[in-house]
Amino acid sequence: MPLEPEMLKSLVRAAAERVIASTSELTALDQAIGDGDHGANMKRGFEAVLGKLEAIGGQPPHEALKTIGKTLVMTVGGASGPLYGSFFLAAGEALSGKTLPDDVVEVFGRGVGAVSARGRSQAGEKTMLDVLVPVLETLKWAVGQPDVIERVRATASEAVQRTAPMLATKGRASFLGSRSVGHIDPGARSSFLLVQAVCDTLEPRQ
Amino acid sequence: MNDTVGIVIVSHSRDIAKGTADMVRQMVGSEVKVAFCGGNPDGGLGTNVSLIIDAINDAWSSKGVAILVDLGGAETNSEMAVEMLQPERRNLVVVCNAPIVEGAVMAATEAAGGGSLEQVRAVAEELSAG
Repeated sequence: MPLEPEMLKSLVRAAAERVIASTSELTALDQAIGDGDHGANMKRGFEAVLGKLEAIGGQPPHEALKTIGKTLVMTVGGASGPLYGSFFLAAGEALSGKTLPDDVVEVFGRGVGAVSARGRSQAGEKTMLDVLVPVLETLKWAVGQPDVIERVRATASEAVQRTAPMLATKGRASFLGSRSVGHIDPGARSSFLLVQAVCDTLEPRQ
Repeated sequence: MNDTVGIVIVSHSRDIAKGTADMVRQMVGSEVKVAFCGGNPDGGLGTNVSLIIDAINDAWSSKGVAILVDLGGAETNSEMAVEMLQPERRNLVVVCNAPIVEGAVMAATEAAGGGSLEQVRAVAEELSAG
């Protein structure tokens, strides 16, 4: 069953609302190890996405992802704009001629690859990739299984917690050196929130 | 007319970007095109892809444009802005790995002397070499 416009809108709305509702939490995490703007930046970006929800719902899914990406690039204002923007732009590119959920590994994988290229970063450096890469790895083996959503949810939860003991070597937190240890990475947290919102919409929690 | 490499200054703070551009104009003169931008889409501290694109186009030169940035997001947003330019301009813009104020002054000095885009970038980046 291909992704229907109404489902696409529900997913985008849920993801945006989850991020916006978590503004102060993301701000607090970023004040600890960054410059404190991640919450406000993500809120501004996803409010702009919500403002385009009707247009997004009227587009083919691959175009919808690109619209989300462009909107985030132009409105977020911090490094997370190009990072999340590149995710959605590349995922949209990959979705052209493909379908969801069948090709989710390829589509999500291209998005993750774009984040890695844009940030010149890999998993293990205390960034959003420390949630996105484990989720991709879980998708690779769990897609098609009845409990795939539950697996992804569990992976994202564990992955975001694992960023706390990591030493930041990329992004603003790297300036802090060993003082970044002990704090959850704000970008990993926002990626976790987006993944959870999508999972919760596809399969409401018991 | 002998075109010179254009200089774009991108800071999280519009005041820093403007002050850096003022210093470049005072020290190097007005023969080099200098554009600057700073601030997020709400006007707070941060950077903004669409303002960076405008600044690149304002400073445009047939010899290309060198961008000087301050912190992480300024670099990431500048790279994104370069990718969103018209295809024929993309390969003529570089983001320099250099301190913003000193880098801008050195880059503009090299540009004023007729340096190529690669020479301008190299002079700015020498400042970062250990």
